[in-house]
Amino acid sequence: MTAETLDAAGLRRRARELLAAHPPATTDRLAFLRARFDAGLAWVHFPEGLGGLGAPRALQAVVDAELEAAGAPDNDPHRIGIGLGMAAPTLLRYGTDEQKRRFLRPLWTGQEVWCQLFSEPGAGSDLAALGTRAVRDGEDWIVDGQKVWTSSAHLARWAILIARTDPALPKHQGITYFLCDMTDPGVEVRPLRQITGEAEFNEVFLTGVRIPDAHRLGAVGDGWRVAQTTLMNERVSIGGMRLPREGGMIGPVARTWRERPGLRTHDLHQRLLTLWVEAEVARLTGERLRQQLAAGQPGPEGSGMKLAFAGLNQRISGLEVELRGEEGLLYDDWTMRRPELVDFTGRDAGYRYLRSKGNSIEGGTSEILLNIVAERVLGLPAEPRTDKDVAWKDLAR
Amino acid sequence: MSTQPDPLPAGAARPHAGPDLLYSEEEEALRAAVRDLLTDHCAAPDVLARTESDTPHDVPLWKILAGGMGLAGLLVPEELGGQGAGHREAAVVLEELGRAVAPVPYLTSAVVATEALLACGADDLVTELATAASTGVLAVALSTAPGAPHAVVRRENGTLRGELTAVADAAVADVLLVPADDGGLYAVDAAAATVVPQVPLDLTRPLARVRLDGAAGRRIGDAEPAVRRALRAGAGLLASEQLGLAEWTLTQTVAYLKERKQFNRPVGGFQALKHRLAQLWLETVHLRAAARNAADALARDEDADVAVAVAQAYAAAVAVHAAEEAVQLHGGIGMTWEHPVHLYLKRAKSDALAYGTAGAHRETLAALVDLPAPPAAPAPVG
Repeated sequence: MTAETLDAAGLRRRARELLAAHPPATTDRLAFLRARFDAGLAWVHFPEGLGGLGAPRALQAVVDAELEAAGAPDNDPHRIGIGLGMAAPTLLRYGTDEQKRRFLRPLWTGQEVWCQLFSEPGAGSDLAALGTRAVRDGEDWIVDGQKVWTSSAHLARWAILIARTDPALPKHQGITYFLCDMTDPGVEVRPLRQITGEAEFNEVFLTGVRIPDAHRLGAVGDGWRVAQTTLMNERVSIGGMRLPREGGMIGPVARTWRERPGLRTHDLHQRLLTLWVEAEVARLTGERLRQQLAAGQPGPEGSGMKLAFAGLNQRISGLEVELRGEEGLLYDDWTMRRPELVDFTGRDAGYRYLRSKGNSIEGGTSEILLNIVAERVLGLPAEPRTDKDVAWKDLAR
Repeated sequence: MSTQPDPLPAGAARPHAGPDLLYSEEEEALRAAVRDLLTDHCAAPDVLARTESDTPHDVPLWKILAGGMGLAGLLVPEELGGQGAGHREAAVVLEELGRAVAPVPYLTSAVVATEALLACGADDLVTELATAASTGVLAVALSTAPGAPHAVVRRENGTLRGELTAVADAAVADVLLVPADDGGLYAVDAAAATVVPQVPLDLTRPLARVRLDGAAGRRIGDAEPAVRRALRAGAGLLASEQLGLAEWTLTQTVAYLKERKQFNRPVGGFQALKHRLAQLWLETVHLRAAARNAADALARDEDADVAVAVAQAYAAAVAVHAAEEAVQLHGGIGMTWEHPVHLYLKRAKSDALAYGTAGAHRETLAALVDLPAPPAAPAPVG
């Protein structure tokens, strides 16, 4: 492989070769995705043999555009976001060669869905307080505990899991990172019904689950550091998308305003214009961040994007419920559903209002993200920690 | 958990190259040069001392910026004596001037008056302004929004008569661009007018009353399009000044709260204050995107009306919020005359009115993006 073939033209040529050898119109979807992975065009910045070519990450867009234009199937990235955004980069960084070969291809093709077993009833924002235990037993670990807020657990074949392997150490130590087979005995998934009526996520009970030591990721006791890779990648993936003007939640509200003059009031007009401006500015900020990343100048702005969108979505959807007047008193459907995806599009304003409340909680609460901005971007001091040097088992609970 | 909801499908996806929201290397070099100059020649104690003198404007500094560095000609083509650069570069200069609350007529002369003259094709005057041979201001109140009504003087027997108020930087202008009731824009030699300083809220951008008692003026063009274009550029690039101001106040406040101790801890370690500062940082990041977008849109003359209205509907609240938080979080020090933060608060609040309030720009936007207001409420009966 020569470096010059890894420019945009070289990758475009490789994409065309793939399309010629496996015409999308006559190739089975999974077969095409596997061939794409094997051609190194899945995530071009990954190493050869693992779905990539070691090319610059920015060139993925060239490949995606070429394949999309030819009508090639994609790997349904929204449905397998946890695997792609969290498990894969962590496997790449900390996995053994055998683990990478075993897991990355079915993860990328979507054949195996992943979920994330991190949060617990007593360990959310203070994730390092987790209490799920893993005890060594010969070549296996025996895991007992309870996880919560687990999206896709009912669909997942594999999970990334952190568990406490040495309670005598302070809470950030003595944690180990595992790959958990969700079909193993002792793994029980129970739906959690939410504020919206649906059960988008789950509780997961782990009772005497045997995980072979070969499914440990990283060193024993090094799980917190491994988990940081996962969490950092979770936040990097946010805000990178490109939206047109009115491309977010402001779109449906603006359309309703235009189509239904009878709903207009002066108070709503002022609020709508204010939110329209904020939505446009947030969109431009996302676009600026994307341009920075593409130019190889990653800035700290990404930390703020999720914060901004969470608040904005909540205020826009709140306005939308009010704008609808009498209709705003109604709700589309309280039936308990088990969606594979968060579907803002297919539901009414009331659903958007309720579901967006989760935007400032999931994936790091807004309060924690503000701390991160204050400490890592502005360099302000951390709050005093009383639990830093105390053995986990001795902490008050 | 999924962290990002699926974006809603676009109403109409517009595949286009879009704005360039970054800074080029040349722009960063320009920034560094302006910042160096201001560090040496525009320290806060000097700005403060000047506000209490008879000459609140820093004319020597203006001469260096405008003439020595050629910055007055950024918007002017080279064949007219300018630099042939554009709004993106002028925006970078304004960021730095905002950081220093520099008392120089850059926005009023090099942007607003220059745009009015360019609109009129008044090439001789453009060249004078661009080469810093003279300084000009547009004689409308600083609070006028693009497209909004403004005061005019009467044209009688070939001379101009009347009074215009709240004209920014008129005290240092050599030429006044005066709109008259016949629809024309007139260039008036400042010596032919009576310019009386008004007491301004913002001590670093002095205002004056301009009185014309039968002054001679040269008609250079139609006032309406020239004033509209000038104020649009002024409003759009003001967002960059507001960005610089917000950034300076945030940076100073963060530095102060790392040093200042109460309850045996740095005050900046308390979560309630950290969250306020993080929120401000987020607002300035957003303001940067909006201000860059406005500058880029003006430079390309594409989507400029919307981009300017969006930037001005957003910027003032951020700059005022940043300055108000800076005063509050500096505690008693923030209330003193000696600490320069009050200069920033006064500039920020004054900027909130300059070239139209956020509300005025939202009204403009309502028409531009088809979000019409409901009909006016009927007058109460009886």
